[in-house]
This record gives sequence, structure tokens and C-alpha cells, in this order.
Amino acid sequence: TLSDESFETYELDPPPYTLNVTKKELKQMYYDMVVVRQMEMAADRLYKEKKIRGFCHLSVGQEAVAVGIEHAIERADDVITSYRCHGFAYMRGGTVRSIIGELLGRRGGIAYGKGGSMHMFTKGFYGGNGIVGAQVAVGAGLAFAHKYTGRKNASIILYGDGASNQGQVFESFNMAKLWNLPALFGCENNKYGMGTSAARSSALTDYYKRGQYIPGLKVNGMDVLAVKAAVAYGKQWTNNDNGPLVLEYVTYRYGGHSMSDPGTTYRTREEIQRMRSTNDPIAGLKQHILEWGVASEEELKNLDKEARAYVNEEVAAAEAMPPPEANQQILFEDIYVKGTEPDFIRGRTPDELFYFKH
Amino acid sequence: KDYTVRDALNEALAEELEANDKVFVMGEEVAQYNGAYKVTKGLLDRFGDRRVIDTPITEMGFTGLAVGAALSGLHPVCEFMTFNFAMQSIDHIVNSAAKTLYMSGGIQPCNITFRGPNGFAAGVAAQHSQDYSAWYGSVPGLKVVSPWSAEDAKGLLKAAIRDPNPVIVLENELMYGQVFPMSEAAQKDDFVIPFGKAKIERAGSDLTIVTMSRCVGQSIVAAEALKKKYGVEVEVLNLRSIKPLDLDAILKSIKKTHRLMTVESGFPSYGVGAEIVALAVEYGFDFLDAPPQRVTGADVPTPYAQGLEEMAFPTESLIENHAAKLLKLI
Repeated sequence: TLSDESFETYELDPPPYTLNVTKKELKQMYYDMVVVRQMEMAADRLYKEKKIRGFCHLSVGQEAVAVGIEHAIERADDVITSYRCHGFAYMRGGTVRSIIGELLGRRGGIAYGKGGSMHMFTKGFYGGNGIVGAQVAVGAGLAFAHKYTGRKNASIILYGDGASNQGQVFESFNMAKLWNLPALFGCENNKYGMGTSAARSSALTDYYKRGQYIPGLKVNGMDVLAVKAAVAYGKQWTNNDNGPLVLEYVTYRYGGHSMSDPGTTYRTREEIQRMRSTNDPIAGLKQHILEWGVASEEELKNLDKEARAYVNEEVAAAEAMPPPEANQQILFEDIYVKGTEPDFIRGRTPDELFYFKH
Repeated sequence: KDYTVRDALNEALAEELEANDKVFVMGEEVAQYNGAYKVTKGLLDRFGDRRVIDTPITEMGFTGLAVGAALSGLHPVCEFMTFNFAMQSIDHIVNSAAKTLYMSGGIQPCNITFRGPNGFAAGVAAQHSQDYSAWYGSVPGLKVVSPWSAEDAKGLLKAAIRDPNPVIVLENELMYGQVFPMSEAAQKDDFVIPFGKAKIERAGSDLTIVTMSRCVGQSIVAAEALKKKYGVEVEVLNLRSIKPLDLDAILKSIKKTHRLMTVESGFPSYGVGAEIVALAVEYGFDFLDAPPQRVTGADVPTPYAQGLEEMAFPTESLIENHAAKLLKLI
């Protein structure tokens, strides 16, 4: 049974507050959240060691969203999100090795070293998008494709509270409702768009009500079971051809917006500490598992160890992977689909021409 | 048989919709209204509202949606009522469509066609009369074509729809009603024109004019006038494809004529002509007997009044005069 504070609804009957989960799945969810957190902590360390370049946005504190969603959907459903994408890439089937490898700019990275932190793709996972809000319209297109081909699948579309004010979010709502698309829009409300609090950016901070003519569902995004229940309910909703929903996953990021943001200038340390100690998604699930006698403290400690060992191994393997060779062949591959490239592509000077062999 | 450019585009769309269920047409007024310029006329009746889809006026949204559908494996043809409105969508064209294959390390192709009228149009002032060839031509990951004749229009649009990459088809409103002969081969449903190949529309030995879209016709008229007045033979090269650009064809023609002039309706600064002249200098300097020249639109927002508008775009007489000057005939 979920806490009665799990959901709030807008023009929608609430999902059932009870859900059936096997012991095995509970432990798997716990393990997944620990892996995601450990992976993000590893990225944090590697960044500080200057092994990761550019932008790097971590989701420590927000693990329940990615994990809860994946435990509610099937592989044939789609997920698309913003640049805070590592956890989703892992849950969609990417290995820690390939994700950390990508951060390190390795040839064996999930995008072969071409995408970096913000651009990760795998089957059923469409990024990893660096333009705030753009993934919402693209995600509506993924839902459109499901409907067009008659598949009973949903498109899970995530965007932050910061992105929620982009015009194209509302353009996408309109088309999704108009065409009854199986789109589960979801605002991952972590309270701050970079350094701007929700209340300073949004005239209405009830993000689940912002679909206006689309029913909404606010869910405690710090509770992985509530997320699973909400998304399972949403999938049933779209499967019954009811069109889109606007979800709001209320969550919290412990770290800064990105690695260059200490995350303490626009909020207090006390606030962060309070969230960590009273709302942590991993600690929360752990408590349930112990209460329900699903596993002992000892068993969970072993899961922690197992997750840590797996991440450490994978990170070591990623660090051992070579970067892409710096040659024209690799530089110019995949600008166009293989076999449909132009005859040649130009480098920096008139004599740096790379010819494709057809 | 004679076709208007509009008929050629319509036939291309109908054939590709017929051939592949993954192809669908989406845009403002494309279905019930039969297209703002009637290019999609009859397609709704023939293929139904699953395949021919009217969108709300929401360019950024429906462009992003079409890109998402393409990432999911469909082959959308996304019509812009004019490419001026695609400025609302340019982020999706550039960031979501053109770059995703590369950013994903080759995992995620995006087979989509963006099409609609582009460039010079008559009497519609600054916001509705602008050429985007240079804008899209500068983006890695896009292919950009710009048809002139009915054959160009059909062959290039079909090739665009079949190409697994994002392709921009820059048509011109003033060309839709123009009539061209259509060869037997081009009337068939397997007719495609390969990208990156320019076409010599008029062979010549004294000057190469490299041009595209509506300016091809203007350049041919100018070339005929130059022949009549001065007996010179101007070669007119129809680029067809903006990106990739047929550098070989341009160089081959320069080697023959030793003189180059570009003609386009885009703004002069950082334009297609600027690119071609730069390439000609980089790769063909030794073959040139005179400095290459550009004829372009003027560096001004398009004015409304007719006399001023005429001063803002290439005309047949302007092309003729400037070519004559380059050839030191006047």
C-alpha cells in the first residue's frame, strides 16, 4: 500500500493506492537505484579528476524517477528526456561501462564517444537532448509513430520544471490531445531550473495541471513505488486509447545543476540536508523492504556491496577503453547514413578532403 | 508531356505515399484545403487522414513531432507553408534532425523530408520573401536541394523522401505554375535524381553561370540575350543540390570557360555564391582568366513596393549586363 500522499490528481480518478510487487522486483528496484547513484557518484569523481569534459548533469536524489518508470513499462515503449540522462540510459539497457565510457569520451561509449554526457541513445531511448524542451515535441512524435503503426505502446516524455515554460511544450500538449496520442508527458520537478526556483519561473507550479485540457497526475517522485504505480496507471490509460496525460514527478536533486554549480547559492544547505535525511528514495525503499520483511538489513547491505562492486568494475573497464582514434574516417563517420554520404566531406583546409568509398 | 512544377511535386508525393506506408505528409493546410499552394491537392482523398495530416499552426511543435516520428522509423514529409515559417522550427531541423545520427554514434537515423516554398516571392515584403539556401547549406548532417524545372522537382523530391537522412527541399512559389516538358523516364514512378549532381542546362564556352532554383530560368534567358547581342556562349549550370555541392561540375565548367559568375536570390553576405566563389578560388584559381563574380539579392530586408523590390533581386537584364561586364563586352 502506498502512502496517501503519493498522488494528487487533476481531472482524473486517482490510480489505485495498492500495487502488487514481487519481492524479487522490490530488491531489483533497490539495486537499480543504488547502481544509478553509484554510477553518478563515480561520474562526479571522474569529473573532479578532470577525466570528463564539458557539461555533466547528475541525477543524485532523483533515482526513483528513472527506476520507477522502467519498472512500469516494457522495452517496446519509448523514453526520451533532457540532458540529465545517465540514469535513464542505464535503465533502458545501457551498461554502466558504456555510459561512463561515453562520459570519458571512449570509442566503447554508448554513443561511441560522439555524444558525451548529454547525448545517449539506445533501443527505445531517444536521448539525452541538450536543447531545453525540444525533447517534448520529439517525444510527441514518438507517440505519434506508435499510433500511426497501431502499436499499443506509450512514449514516456520527461522534461524539467525549467523546460516546462517553453512554448513547444504547450504546442505538443495541444497536438497530443487533438490526435489522442499515447504520450505520458512528465515534468521532473526537482524544484530548480538551474538556479531559478520553480516559483520564480512558473506562474503555476502545479505542473500536473498545466495540460489544462489534459488530465494530470502528481506523484511523489522520491517514492519509486509511487512512480511505478503512476506510470503503470498511465500506460493503462494510453492503452485504453484515452490519449495523453501530464504527470509531475516531484523530486529533488542533491547536487548542483551541473558540475560547475555547487548548488548552494540559491538554496540552503539545510534544505538539501532535510531532503536527504527525510526523503531519500533509496532509504525510503529500504525502510519498506525491512518493514515488509522482504529482505534483512544484511541482505540489503550485500546488495549495496554488489552494486558498488559492479559499478567499480565497470568504471575500471571504461577507463581502460581507448578513445576513438583521431582520424578522418572516425571524425566523418555517421554524419550521414552509411552508403548515402556525399562523395567527400571537407575538413579545415582545402586539402583536408575525406573521400567516402562507395 | 508538359507538367507544371506543382503537378510534378504532387505526383512525386503521391507515388512515394503509394510505395511506402511509412511515408506520410504533414503540415498546415495540406489535407482538407489541398495545400496552401495546392501542391498536396487530392492527396487526402486518395490516401486518407492517416497519411495526409493537417496540423495546427504550430511550426516548432509539429516539426519536432515529425522529427520524433522519423526517429521512430517513419518517413515524414513535413511541409512548411513557406520556409519563412520554418524559422520557428529551425532548432528541430538543425539540432534534433541533422545532428542526432552523429551524436548517437550512428544508432539513430532520421529519415525526414522538409519541403515548401523558399526564396523570392512577389509583393509579400520582408517576412515572407527570403532565401534559406545558405542557412541550411551550412549545416552538417543535412542534405539540401533546390529544384528549378518540373523534372528537378519530381526527381529531387522523390530522392529526398527515399534518402535515409534529413533532406531540405527548397521550392519556389513563383515556379509552381511554370510549365516544363517532362521526359518519358521522368513520368515513371522510379524516377529519381541523385543528390550532389549539377546539370548543364545550357552548354557554353565563354562563361560559366552557376545558379539554382528560379534564377536558372532567368540565367538561361540572359544567356540567350548575350548570344544574340554579342555572339558569346554562356554555360548555365543548374546546381539542383546545394549540399552536397557538385564541386567537380563547377571546376569542369571553369576549366572550359575560364570565367565564373554565380546567380542566386539570397542575401550576398555569407551566401551560396560566396561559397562557390571561395571554392573556385581554392580549387580552380589557375583556370580562371577573370575574377569570379556574384549576382545576388541585395543586402536589404525585402521591400514591398514593386520598384524597390525589383532592385532587391536579380533580374534577367541585371544578369545579362553583369555577365557582359565580366566578359568585357560593355
